[in-house]
Amino acid sequence: MSHGFEIVWEHSDRLVAGLVNTVVLSLLGAVLALMFGCVVAMMLMASNRVLALATQGVVDLMRCVPFLMLVYLVYYGLPQFGIDFDNWTAGLAALVLYNTAYMAEILRGIWKNLPRETIEAATAFGFQGRRLYTRIIFPQVFLAAGPMVGNQLIQIIKDTAFLTIIAVPELTQAASGIQAQYFVPFAAFIVAIFIYWALCALVEAGTFAVERLAEVRR
Amino acid sequence: MTDSETTETVLDIRGLTKSFGSNVVLDGVSLKVGKAQTVCLLGPSGSGKSTLLRCVNWLEKPDQGSVYLSGRRIGVREGGHMAMSNAELARERARIGMVFQHFNLWPHLSVIQNIVEAPIHVQRRAKDEVMAEAEILLDRVGLAAKKDDFPSRLSGGQKQRVGIARALAMKPELLLFDEPTSALDPELVGEVVAVMKKLAEGGSTMLVVTHEMSFARETADEVILMDGGRIVETGAPGAFFKNPKTERARQFLQRYVS
Repeated sequence: MSHGFEIVWEHSDRLVAGLVNTVVLSLLGAVLALMFGCVVAMMLMASNRVLALATQGVVDLMRCVPFLMLVYLVYYGLPQFGIDFDNWTAGLAALVLYNTAYMAEILRGIWKNLPRETIEAATAFGFQGRRLYTRIIFPQVFLAAGPMVGNQLIQIIKDTAFLTIIAVPELTQAASGIQAQYFVPFAAFIVAIFIYWALCALVEAGTFAVERLAEVRR
Repeated sequence: MTDSETTETVLDIRGLTKSFGSNVVLDGVSLKVGKAQTVCLLGPSGSGKSTLLRCVNWLEKPDQGSVYLSGRRIGVREGGHMAMSNAELARERARIGMVFQHFNLWPHLSVIQNIVEAPIHVQRRAKDEVMAEAEILLDRVGLAAKKDDFPSRLSGGQKQRVGIARALAMKPELLLFDEPTSALDPELVGEVVAVMKKLAEGGSTMLVVTHEMSFARETADEVILMDGGRIVETGAPGAFFKNPKTERARQFLQRYVS
């Protein structure tokens, strides 16, 4: 074998370390973005028109920024204002910030299409405030959101690759390092691509499981 | 409430008005429902029956008039003209059970979870106790075997019986039924009506909007005919169905009772 796969294999520990970072960043980023996304979705759905419109403006703006630009802004721009992150935290912050806007938009869209009657029934039974959200609205939203949130998670996994430009030691960074050191670009990158594909396949499987749960619950 | 009345009043509606834009839906409606009584609201669609029902628990906010449940005013704080906060209103709503035309079960919860959801999370009652009661309720509506199914797997009649059990689990002082059989296939109406009859006979206090004349005739203590946002005629079902006093009631009965 002379395409360099044996070299990549020799340095698989670096790929594994990168993979761990990619997974942790993706999962943490997705979970935090989903949590903040819930809060932002509530603001988007607020009966206060000013709050809803202002939030919509910020969300739209965030969705129009190229992710790479946001990473630059967080990592290089914010320190000018005394907000200083290490690379890893800056990467996570950018991921969360960016994807919160997308998650909020996904959740809002589904929320708007929930049958009003089930929420009204909850109101009639004395649900209001926090319990109305946590017991009645968000469980229904999450079940219906499965496929779209899964899709966004795949997006997040791919976004983590951009973090190589601020030297976050994730999978792309690791593959890039190996290929530069030993000049085995094809093998290093194709292995990384295969790993990304495997991650996305896992997400697809998870999405499918949520969809099956949701099927009888609607 | 006067001393001459034999039963205590559970629901007391006084002079309720409600308009949507220029459309007057309720035009000064007053009625009372006594403890363990079943009162049926009849009338053509658009007569204001459902809106009246929804004003009782303030799903619609009435423009004028007042609603008292066991002597306590709904929607307005004691003594004054201050509207209740959402939290206060929610507490009052939890005293009233409601059954909807389209069932409105929570699709993400199983049958038994639908029933225990509000008692546990609104009324904050002990889970074991509520679960045990829910099993008994399910048995009463004939759905013990379906307790772990999800609503999407049930027929309309089964859904509505779960809806009734869900309302009963709140131990409500009053049960509101908003056309509970109107969305059902004809062959499924009977099973729901049977459950409602059992409730009426068992001493539940019920205000029922319905087009099911046989239910009104056989079960109601009082029937009220509404038209154009007003009460046209009130009476015991025997008299109402045999000898209606008003021309409007005669017309209505001709159309709806074959």
